[in-house]
Amino acid sequence: MPDIAVETRNLSKRFGSNEVLKGISLAAHEGDVISIIGASGSGKSTFLRCINFLETPDSGDVIVAGEKVEMRQRGGRVEPADRQQIDRIRSSLGMVFQNFNLWSHMTILENIIEAPIHVQKRPRAEAIEEAEAFLAKVGIAEKRDHYPAHLSGGQQQRAAIARALAMRPAVMLFDEPTSALDPELVGEVLRVIRALAEEGRTMLLVTHEMKFAREVSSRAIFLHQGRIECEGAPRDIFTRPPNERFAQFIANSAMH
Amino acid sequence: MAWYDLLGFGPKGWGLQLLIAAGMTLAVATCGAIIGLMIGTLAAWAKLSRSLVARLCADAYTTILRGVPDLLVIYLFYFGGSLVLTYVSSHVLGTSGFVSVPAFAIGALALGVCNGGYQAEVLRGAYLALSKGEIEAARAVGMSPLLMFRRIIGPQVLRYAIPGLGNCWQLCLKESALVTVTGLVELLRQSNVAGRSTREPFLFFSAAAILYLVITIVSGQIFERAEKRAMRGMRRA
Amino acid sequence: MDIAFLWSTLLAILPGVPTTLKLTAISVFIGLFLALALAAMRLSGHPLLVLPARAYVFVFRGTPLLVQIYLIYYGLAQFSVVRESLLWPFLREAYWCAILALTLNTGAYASEIVRGGLQSVPFGQIEAARAAGMSRLVMFRRIVAPLAIRQALPGYSNELILMIKSTSLASIITIFEISGLAYKVASETYRYIEVFFVAGLIYLSLNFAITRAIQALEHWLSPHLRPAPATPLLNELKAV
Repeated sequence: MPDIAVETRNLSKRFGSNEVLKGISLAAHEGDVISIIGASGSGKSTFLRCINFLETPDSGDVIVAGEKVEMRQRGGRVEPADRQQIDRIRSSLGMVFQNFNLWSHMTILENIIEAPIHVQKRPRAEAIEEAEAFLAKVGIAEKRDHYPAHLSGGQQQRAAIARALAMRPAVMLFDEPTSALDPELVGEVLRVIRALAEEGRTMLLVTHEMKFAREVSSRAIFLHQGRIECEGAPRDIFTRPPNERFAQFIANSAMH
Repeated sequence: MAWYDLLGFGPKGWGLQLLIAAGMTLAVATCGAIIGLMIGTLAAWAKLSRSLVARLCADAYTTILRGVPDLLVIYLFYFGGSLVLTYVSSHVLGTSGFVSVPAFAIGALALGVCNGGYQAEVLRGAYLALSKGEIEAARAVGMSPLLMFRRIIGPQVLRYAIPGLGNCWQLCLKESALVTVTGLVELLRQSNVAGRSTREPFLFFSAAAILYLVITIVSGQIFERAEKRAMRGMRRA
Repeated sequence: MDIAFLWSTLLAILPGVPTTLKLTAISVFIGLFLALALAAMRLSGHPLLVLPARAYVFVFRGTPLLVQIYLIYYGLAQFSVVRESLLWPFLREAYWCAILALTLNTGAYASEIVRGGLQSVPFGQIEAARAAGMSRLVMFRRIVAPLAIRQALPGYSNELILMIKSTSLASIITIFEISGLAYKVASETYRYIEVFFVAGLIYLSLNFAITRAIQALEHWLSPHLRPAPATPLLNELKAV
């Protein structure tokens, strides 16, 4: 069995009185493509955001490449004990957002080389060379000197994927990468994600695209009200849903 | 003597003095605006900080400066500063007599204090206009707070703030005329002197007004160009 | 701190308050008509009206108020035409020169506020008024003006405060309003810091009062922006 790339143990998170995550444990091995599915409000985005500490979990552990993130109590709140550890771990996780979040004051190329140069301190020439290769890979090489606002949503999301790849992440995190896109632009982004999956990259993918999740992922987990309701290989659980709720969920989403 | 001789560069002309005085106006206003930017940045940061004390201090600063005439602030700095300096020199250095503060420095400082309040509001507004998603993306790639400020927040705040800062600059330029009360030979004082000695005050104050307008127009264009440059990528090509 | 001195200073400066308020009120009142005229010219679309209005606004907003005051107070007096005119009894007085300069100045600034307010009226609401068969005058009185005033009020409140502050420049041409009296007291006692502190406090309280008054006016003028009242339940109870 390959090494574990990222793992969560009993992860919990609440917003006020609302318990969003109620103890999620998950281990992604190298090469896994894990789809995280569930209705809106099931906690799937929050779970993904807890992994790179865009949200701070209230309890539970996150372990990235064997390194456990240390937490501490401070003034009644839990926070990471070591900010530098968080920054280091974040730069080994490539995050792709629903709304792309490209930096609007930088060209596409500048967006991509920003973190490699300024966070990872890699040589500029090398970063540019690699960025161009990633741009070619996601199919927008000719847009390198454009600004984000000049690109379509699909192109922006592909640029954002290139930006995440440029950090040479151990794991890619996708937070509903096609939800903000017009329907006709979804395909071009899914094609890129599929190509990455086929390369054997480790990926966690929060998505509403059931058909896609079924086709590309090695494992799917279904979240309901902050708990893992069921999980397994897509070809098993999608064909023979292990519980009634999941059966209903896929029946509903097939209708849309 | 004809008006063009009076404003010209001949032996009886005041042209050169007026131009030098305009340069002084530009210098004192620029220094004031830069001091204002420093104070404004600090105040904006305090207004956005989590510390209640910092927020209260910054709010008090902007509220007071918005409610009190700039002339009063200039008087306070000029005479108050001289008072302090006189006290220090008589008690520490043992000299006697009234010591007046350097007019340029105190003028620039007073302008900066007045202008900083406006700049703080502009910068605060620009910060609040930032896209939360873009900041989140910066956190997600592991940027430290300092790096994030330098590479993402700073440039974007400046970009949104340029039009507002342009207005603050125009304000500072016009307010610099008040520094005339400190005796600094800036544009207004020089034209006053020229007007009195030639008995043509209307001519020289008009000339001063036109020079102010010229500075306004030229600097307005510079800010417009800076805005266009900074807004690259914001408009559709 | 010397409370007795601060108190006597306060008493010495307070007589300047009416002067400051009068300077402000007169120039703001006349300036408002000037502003309306300028805004109407700007919005008329006729180049012969638009261009002069734009030039006026540009010149008065682009030059320091103090220069405008000097031009009127010292500058105009050099012309014998002015000295022999009917206006001379006014223009020889620093007080009226200050008012003239303040009026011309606020007219320029306020015209931009008025214009912004008028232009902010949504076109759809004008169309609806037209569709309802309103004449231009009725439409302006019933729809455009109320919406524009509501929109322009915050900007105008700002302008009022700037005007209160601007009247301090009148002290430079020998008018004893708040700043003038403060300067006089300060140079007689050499206690600049305390005196200007007291003067600042007076300005702050004046401006605070004005801000509050306008906020109240704003509240009164904009019932449509207030949260919906929680009375329907009461009405229902009465109905039962």
